[in-house]
Amino acid sequence: MGIFIDENICNGCRGLPEARCERICPGDLCYRKENMKAAIRDQSACWTCACCVKECPVQAIELRLPFQACSNGASLKARLKRDRTIWTVWDAGGHQEEFIIQARRLKGD
Amino acid sequence: MGTMHIDADILIIGGGAAGCFAAVEIYKKSPNCRVVIMEKAHIERSGCLAMGLNAINAYLHSGQTPESYVSYVEREFEGVIRKDLVYTIAQGLNEVVKDVEEMGLPIEKTEDGTYKKRGKRSIRIFGERLKPILAEAVAKTGTQVLNRIVATNFIYDGDRICGAFGYGIRDGKFYVVSAKAVIVATGGASGIYIPNNPGEARHLMWYCPWNAGTGYAMGIRAGAEMTSFENRFIALRVKDVHAPTGTIAVGVHAKQINARGEDYLELYYKHLGGNKCLTQHRLLATVEEAKAGRGPCYLDTTTLNDADERRLKEDFLNMNPQIILLWASEGMDPRQKPVEIQGTEPFVVGGHCQAGYWIDKERRTTLKGLYAAGEVAGGAPKKYVSGTWVEARIAATTALEDIKGVSLEDVDGELIHTEKSRVLTPLTKKSGIFPSEVRERLQKIMDEYAGGISVNYALHEERLLEARRLLKCLKGRLKDMTAVNNYNLVEALECIDRVDVARVLVEHLICRKETRWACYQTRLDYPEKDDSRWLTFVNSIYHAETDEIKMVERPLSV
Repeated sequence: MGIFIDENICNGCRGLPEARCERICPGDLCYRKENMKAAIRDQSACWTCACCVKECPVQAIELRLPFQACSNGASLKARLKRDRTIWTVWDAGGHQEEFIIQARRLKGD
Repeated sequence: MGTMHIDADILIIGGGAAGCFAAVEIYKKSPNCRVVIMEKAHIERSGCLAMGLNAINAYLHSGQTPESYVSYVEREFEGVIRKDLVYTIAQGLNEVVKDVEEMGLPIEKTEDGTYKKRGKRSIRIFGERLKPILAEAVAKTGTQVLNRIVATNFIYDGDRICGAFGYGIRDGKFYVVSAKAVIVATGGASGIYIPNNPGEARHLMWYCPWNAGTGYAMGIRAGAEMTSFENRFIALRVKDVHAPTGTIAVGVHAKQINARGEDYLELYYKHLGGNKCLTQHRLLATVEEAKAGRGPCYLDTTTLNDADERRLKEDFLNMNPQIILLWASEGMDPRQKPVEIQGTEPFVVGGHCQAGYWIDKERRTTLKGLYAAGEVAGGAPKKYVSGTWVEARIAATTALEDIKGVSLEDVDGELIHTEKSRVLTPLTKKSGIFPSEVRERLQKIMDEYAGGISVNYALHEERLLEARRLLKCLKGRLKDMTAVNNYNLVEALECIDRVDVARVLVEHLICRKETRWACYQTRLDYPEKDDSRWLTFVNSIYHAETDEIKMVERPLSV
């Protein structure tokens, strides 16, 4: 597994010609199912680049490592703000850590 | 299925670091020039930089000069580099970094406003959004961006390159883009060898798994001269997740230790320079430690303090978020347990090493009308992202100059028909070989016979000759590939490209009968570096009509 999409949160980016994750995935792995929920066509092809995780406006997508690489599940989500990215990581024990990192200069910086 | 005809003055293939920068550069110099970018994914997040970037590793700090940069690269690459190319890159490094900062990239600075020194030639950046920043700069120009169009071949009339063909992954249309000049700016090639991780984690690799070497393959098929494919790149990376070790070693000065806790570079590899050894010797020493029963090897992160650890995690979130998951799993805290390192599978790249098109100082390839910049431009290793921008600037400038007086040519209908049917064939087959089968066959051949991980990267003639034979057989079977949808079709096209790249790679590996670059090119049958014979470039030209790859040697100074 590379990403986990929570269908209870995913709104399929209704109104857009493509879901945002579908539009952005560098490996063309995300698509929208008939029920208008996003899905990944092949977990083994995922690079774990987190582009879809960042792009999702409702944080329906988590980054997870394939079980083969790490049997203790941790997960990672991101929220993009105009000039910074906010990351939340949950470790194997459910402990949460947050990172707020500058991501672009705004005029005047 | 429809055919789309698009006219451009300059066509850029690949909307990565080089392609985006080239488009911006052309617009600055000639705002009315019609520029088209053809991109397989979406330029906002595609290729190597999709994950982001946390450092720029080619930058001249105060006191350094283009000359000192060339000397450094020449030493790292055992004397075989194109000094003219590296020099022109070094001359432009600082200027392009400033340009990208102005586009919006945050760079760490000291109190006096200069970039803070991260390593000898590097600076720390906050580049999680580097690709979106570049794409935004492109959006401010008049560039027409063709996202989700995979380039398949150049349009070549035997005299000059006059555009490229592409396939629309979303609309299923065939694209014919005519241009007065084409800048090839695609990525290098991953997926040639069996990767570190099998099965479900097969794409948990260092280099972008969708960089299929298409830009190389298109040039190979058109008969462009290629250089230095034998200078493979094998990265020393964090085991399993393949995040860069430089972020830890340079970023927080962690030492390389073996399973016994020894500073193995100093203790056993002093003859190679100990801790000051070349990049490839760090890898060699790590491979040798495993053979000697002193592996696995690690980066010692157990002495990190709170601030260092936080900084390290931030750096990785900007470039390789997956390592944060590794560290968040039970028993993997980097302050409790040193970070295990290993060599990756070999890649064919022109940014870390120097595989690529043989070009002149102005970035013209050997085919008229075709220019190369970035990963696919050969002879200039250690250019990294900033060097790629400089090459994009040079290629853009040259292309703009060269198209004066050139007019667009009509594309021969027969050429269009032939390429269209080649590209679409897999979709017409109801049964046949799956792209995944070809991929696994190719990777197995290369791993076992052309120096993959399973043989500790070592090469020798008899195995390479077997690789040559098996690859020729494999190529013969490619026409039987089947694809059920567009995603599959792209996989099939990537297989074709990778096989073409692998065949050229094997010829280069056969040709250089010495050991020039440890691990990258280690010949068991010619274990010594032979300066009296091999201070030369190994180049190749593919002849499509006979399916032969002709080797040529070129002197170091051109």
